[in-house]
Amino acid sequence: MTTSTSTSTSTRLTPDQLDALGAEMDAIRQRVLADLGEADADYIHGVVRLQRRLEVAGRALFYLPPAWPVAVAALSVSKILDNMEIGHNVMHGQYDWMGEPGLSSRMYEWDNVCPSEQWKYSHNYIHHTFTNVLGKDRDIGYGILRMDEDQPWHPYYLGNPVYALLLMVFFEWGVAMHDLEVENIVAGRRTLADNKALHAGIMRKVRRQALKDYLLFPALTGPLFPLTLAGNATANLVRNVWAFNIIFCGHFPAGVATFSEEECRDESRGHWYYRQLRGSANIDGGRLFHLMTGNLSFQVEHHLFPDLPARRYPEISGEVKEICERYGLPYNTGPLGKQLVSVARKICRLALPDRRRAQQPAAQAQPAAA
Amino acid sequence: MRLVSAVLRSRAVAALASPHGVDRYLEQVNPLWAAHEVRGRVVEVRPETTGVHPVTTLTVQPTSTWRGHRAGQHVQVGVDLPGARRATRCFSLSSAASAPGERFTLTVRAHDDTDERTSLSRHLATRARPGDLLHLSQAGGDFTMHASPATPTPHPLLLVSGGSGITPVMSMLRTLLRDGYDGRANRPVTFLHYARSPQEQIYAEELAAVARFDNHVDVHLVHTARGGTRFSPAALARLVPGFRDTDTWVCGPTALVDAVAAAYDGSARLRVEHFKAPATAAGAGPAQGETSFTRSGLGATNTGETLLAQAEALGLRPETGCRMGICFTCTSRKTSGTVRDVVTGEESSRPDEDVRICVSAPVGDCSVDL
Repeated sequence: MTTSTSTSTSTRLTPDQLDALGAEMDAIRQRVLADLGEADADYIHGVVRLQRRLEVAGRALFYLPPAWPVAVAALSVSKILDNMEIGHNVMHGQYDWMGEPGLSSRMYEWDNVCPSEQWKYSHNYIHHTFTNVLGKDRDIGYGILRMDEDQPWHPYYLGNPVYALLLMVFFEWGVAMHDLEVENIVAGRRTLADNKALHAGIMRKVRRQALKDYLLFPALTGPLFPLTLAGNATANLVRNVWAFNIIFCGHFPAGVATFSEEECRDESRGHWYYRQLRGSANIDGGRLFHLMTGNLSFQVEHHLFPDLPARRYPEISGEVKEICERYGLPYNTGPLGKQLVSVARKICRLALPDRRRAQQPAAQAQPAAA
Repeated sequence: MRLVSAVLRSRAVAALASPHGVDRYLEQVNPLWAAHEVRGRVVEVRPETTGVHPVTTLTVQPTSTWRGHRAGQHVQVGVDLPGARRATRCFSLSSAASAPGERFTLTVRAHDDTDERTSLSRHLATRARPGDLLHLSQAGGDFTMHASPATPTPHPLLLVSGGSGITPVMSMLRTLLRDGYDGRANRPVTFLHYARSPQEQIYAEELAAVARFDNHVDVHLVHTARGGTRFSPAALARLVPGFRDTDTWVCGPTALVDAVAAAYDGSARLRVEHFKAPATAAGAGPAQGETSFTRSGLGATNTGETLLAQAEALGLRPETGCRMGICFTCTSRKTSGTVRDVVTGEESSRPDEDVRICVSAPVGDCSVDL
């Protein structure tokens, strides 16, 4: 059995224990599903209303030059809500049960250069099915970074911190390019022709996003064109930086486990839950903070139950934590600052070859409890 | 007003509202403002019949986007049922042909499902109140009457209906009478309707009035539970000699429509509209019924496996992702029947709902748009 260094700290569970864990998780899921109703609908309608108002307010305030910072703030928050609490969650099908076309995973398009259709494939399917399986989950490092000891080191990774910084600044572009699998083309595992269909979709979306933020709305403010343009660009930047950090804190702080393809071959439902639990991390915070992260500050709960409305994650997190304690599993959580530092250290540390690992390759492996 | 809607429908405004669309902003201000979608407000509720399956006529004020309807057409009606779940069903319009933005009526019979939490028709027939919001489509369907007093034909007309099938032919009759039909076209209209009893006779007073006037409209109401003879070619021939050469519209339960179609023996003068019978749902036990994939026209005996497995067994290749219910890639429209979620065991019978075919198994007859 191959065991990655990061899984080594975990307590391994027997197949029976995994089945029991799966049954407990299924029970939580079923209970929430049975309880879905007006409160969830009111909540998401409320967030949509807030987002639309902030967006309109932000666009309008650009006509009032002294209010520029307020306009940028309103538009930034609007874009963050649109991408995280609304877009990300709606596209997971969290509100499909409502039957409302405006909140349907099949119809929703978000304020981001990555077309929702392509993102749903790479995120909902690839990332959420193969979470933290090395070689399968392309979200590990987004094809650019070295984010795990088991990714073989290469001198290219000396630039890890620089690539991370660039990815953060241009995050929405990174997410859009992510689907093109450029690293697989470089490695010869994918041809340019495979990307042809994707190109058209990305370019259409890029044109629409750029036209709106960098031409039409600035032009509508007449002589204030440069100010509005700068404001829109800043709002996009703020959203990028925020989204990047929340997502990286949800997946890459210390203690998050990765898995090998062998470990996950023919895995049970219980093992799938186990992997989701071990492959993500939470961020502590207040209600406003959770709203701004799209409740992805409850990344653990999100990975266990990606199709449950995200507003439910806080209420079930206590139970998930309790289950983790009973099974002796770590429940990875911490304040934003701590998780950020942990991620930053990992990005920098993995830029260099892992000396410790090279010296004692087998020392970390621990036998399964069975 | 026209200028406002022209602006709202312009490409420039669409580009500014991208990616959400203008209606997502307008609805935040007033649900009856729309640039593309159609919505309607119930302004009057009038009971037609009482009993186990009460019938109610709703007068609806649509948004200005409503393009009007021709007599005999139908409209998709979506309602947010208790529990914030939207159900959508098709109803014939019962009022005379409408112009753009003009009010119309829907006449709805409460169907067998007695739970107004899940049955759209029962909800509309028993719970609808003035002020309720309806989500609509444009009118559709080609079960329409092309003749009108403005375009007279020398031919007599025959309208045959059973039960709630009266609504589209009533719309035709009302259109003729409203538009000045008075019999001078020398084109007698025969209106033949089958209801179980006088208590279940929809539009009884109005039809009695139509029958009283000298307008060349013959109204024949047959009440089968009171000894009225069911449809037979001979009885029809007594009423309308040479009916096969008469322009005829028939709408009602399958049995009636089939009997009439057989009597017409392929005559091009006959236009039919079926009222979809509720699909049969089988209880627990071995799989029963037929699984149909409507877009491809394929179907087979229900094996009890998931819809995805049954589709693939027939050679279909629907889009799929995780195959375990988390990524929503395979979501498809189930048009009728009951499905059981193989993970939660939950059954659902709502017509026209989106289901994840990888975790949904049909219970009894089931149709999916694939």
